[in-house]
Amino acid sequence: MLLERLSNACGISGLEHEVRDLLRQELAPYVDEMWTDAIGNLIVRKGNGPVKVMLDAHTDEVGYCVGSITEDGYLRLKKIGGLDDRVLPGRQVWVTNQRIPAVLGAKAWHLCSADERGKVIPFDQMYADLGCKDRAEVEELGIEPGSPVYFATTFEHFSDKVVKGKAFDDRAGCAVLAEVLMKHNYPGITLYGAFVTQEEVGLRGARIAAYNLNPDVAIALEGTGSANVAGVDPFDTITNMGEGPAISLMDNSAIPNLRVWEELVRVAKANNIKYQHRRIVGGGTDSGGISLQRSGIPVCTVSTPCRYIHTHAALLNLDDLYGAVNLVHHFLLSVEKGDFRP
Amino acid sequence: MDLAKHLADLVRASSITGRERAVANVLLQEWAPLVDEAKLDRLGSYIGLKRGEGSAAELRSLPYPGPETSPGRPGARHSGPPKIMAAAHIDSIGGMVTAIEPGGFLRFTTVGGVDRRLLMAQEVEVHGKRLIPGLVGSKPPHVTTPEERNKQMPVEDLYIDTGLTEAEVRDLVALGDPVLPRYEFREMKNGRYSSRYMDNRASVAALRVALEELKHLRHTADFYAVGTVGEEFGGLPGAVTTTFAIKPDIGIAVDVTFAKHPNSEADSFPLGEGPTIGVGPNCSPKLAKVMRKVAEDLGIHYSLEVMPGSSGTDAWGMQIVRGGVATGVLSIPLRYMHTPVETVDMADIKAAGRLLAHLVARVDAALVEDMTCY
Repeated sequence: MLLERLSNACGISGLEHEVRDLLRQELAPYVDEMWTDAIGNLIVRKGNGPVKVMLDAHTDEVGYCVGSITEDGYLRLKKIGGLDDRVLPGRQVWVTNQRIPAVLGAKAWHLCSADERGKVIPFDQMYADLGCKDRAEVEELGIEPGSPVYFATTFEHFSDKVVKGKAFDDRAGCAVLAEVLMKHNYPGITLYGAFVTQEEVGLRGARIAAYNLNPDVAIALEGTGSANVAGVDPFDTITNMGEGPAISLMDNSAIPNLRVWEELVRVAKANNIKYQHRRIVGGGTDSGGISLQRSGIPVCTVSTPCRYIHTHAALLNLDDLYGAVNLVHHFLLSVEKGDFRP
Repeated sequence: MDLAKHLADLVRASSITGRERAVANVLLQEWAPLVDEAKLDRLGSYIGLKRGEGSAAELRSLPYPGPETSPGRPGARHSGPPKIMAAAHIDSIGGMVTAIEPGGFLRFTTVGGVDRRLLMAQEVEVHGKRLIPGLVGSKPPHVTTPEERNKQMPVEDLYIDTGLTEAEVRDLVALGDPVLPRYEFREMKNGRYSSRYMDNRASVAALRVALEELKHLRHTADFYAVGTVGEEFGGLPGAVTTTFAIKPDIGIAVDVTFAKHPNSEADSFPLGEGPTIGVGPNCSPKLAKVMRKVAEDLGIHYSLEVMPGSSGTDAWGMQIVRGGVATGVLSIPLRYMHTPVETVDMADIKAAGRLLAHLVARVDAALVEDMTCY
């Protein structure tokens, strides 16, 4: 399964080569042309029609890099992207893309004061332990400051529909975009697939891709938070996993272009595609970076709901993911037929 | 013998306190060639007997009868060969399902001293009708206040998300089903291994090393290798009841202790530099001295672990059973205790096992007699 290969691939912001290489290999038979640009975005083109549509998904994931190596052979870490300190200790990690095993330990509960027990372990007290005895041993493994550190999470099915994995933000978006490219042809339009870098550190790859491609319309494909879980008010769930792809109402980075937004809702209804709105204004997506390029680009975000994003393991429902593929497909058909003119 | 594989089998076995049978089964099966006899007692503790030369001891005689006078007084000693018992607890911390919520979310309680700082987003397995993977969820960050983000979420506010429908969950899960952390048994650098439940399977593995070593050693003392239940709950039920039954002259608790790592230097011991030998009120001074001598004769490096009160091990219970037992504590350093990434050094496990075996070989009637002469 493509989502499985994408989730198991590793790439923190700035070091997305493994994800890029995987997509290049998977998509080669399906696209007309592919190239990379100055920030490492992978751009694929399919079709050569008069209207230019850009579909965006980011290839990077949240994680860590090595900040420094201690004399006694431990790794001090820096965060890449937003991570909640509460969910980090006690985890297994992979150091470098060679996946050298290490653990993020914690002082034994028995030795903690009452005060320490009630508190979150501060990030500056965490480090990765490889089992090494000194700095030289660590360096012999090819580990140096800046080396990536990933959550050691392997993709799996919890049920037929629900899957668990790391980096669904945004390998879910990558999977949706790749599925659209592999399943369908739109000769009437020029379809650009932009697999962009560095979203988690400020929507950086998407800005460059949108400037270079100068599309007439764009859609950012995301994996977004979902909290239809025990103890959360229905108003606060962001999106509901299992209730279809989410069309954003607004976020911290952008208000969707109203015409694009209305068209997405229209094609969803017209084709009986179960959808929902992303009902929270927090967080940002590549739409924010894309919308302000050149003289402005109409864009909206379509997301696959994922529970527990930005932790080492998230859940998503495959019906939502394929619902997103279907929604984007019908949007592209509408553009191709000229029903929707951006 | 592949010790790493044995350790991997042991940590895989389901074993929250009160439900230790799967670990006991591993011992019954894997240790059968190493002991003369083995059985589980009424509480579920494993007792393996390796007889001393010429001994006629039989487990079916348990609990051993004997005069109830205190050791040291005339007639207090039983007439058979000396008996030495080594106990490693086979239970482990975890959780239990307490409620099934609408939507199929599972509420749970902790069993034993679970580190609540690590529960959020933990991958777990629920041992229902089948093994069900899940994630520990909580109120997400966007509806959490900044103050709450600096605090630990109480267990009552956490739940397990299995991704299954409520109907599926109700079919597969019953209240009381065990919840265990998921883990990957991993080899690290320098023969170090990381996994859940190295506390206390590392010590169980050390008992196995001792039994293997004893195949090549002559000993007159009967050796009882015991896997005790219930240690993480408190009251040391397995240690107390097996000690009562066996009536040993010498009792050694084999457990894990804290290994040094950054931010945790006090009362901690270097990883990979040998086991620790306990000293303090829970440890017979004469026995500790013999243990140290055995280590020195074998060239095994060890640290002394000062235990000013309870050792926090089975030895605390064993010491005061019946008329009293000469107890010792042998510990294997372990980093990140009670997390799913407990880390040990295989060299320490092997050293502890060898030390124990050679201690058994050294026990004779005179040494036992000396234990009571203060």
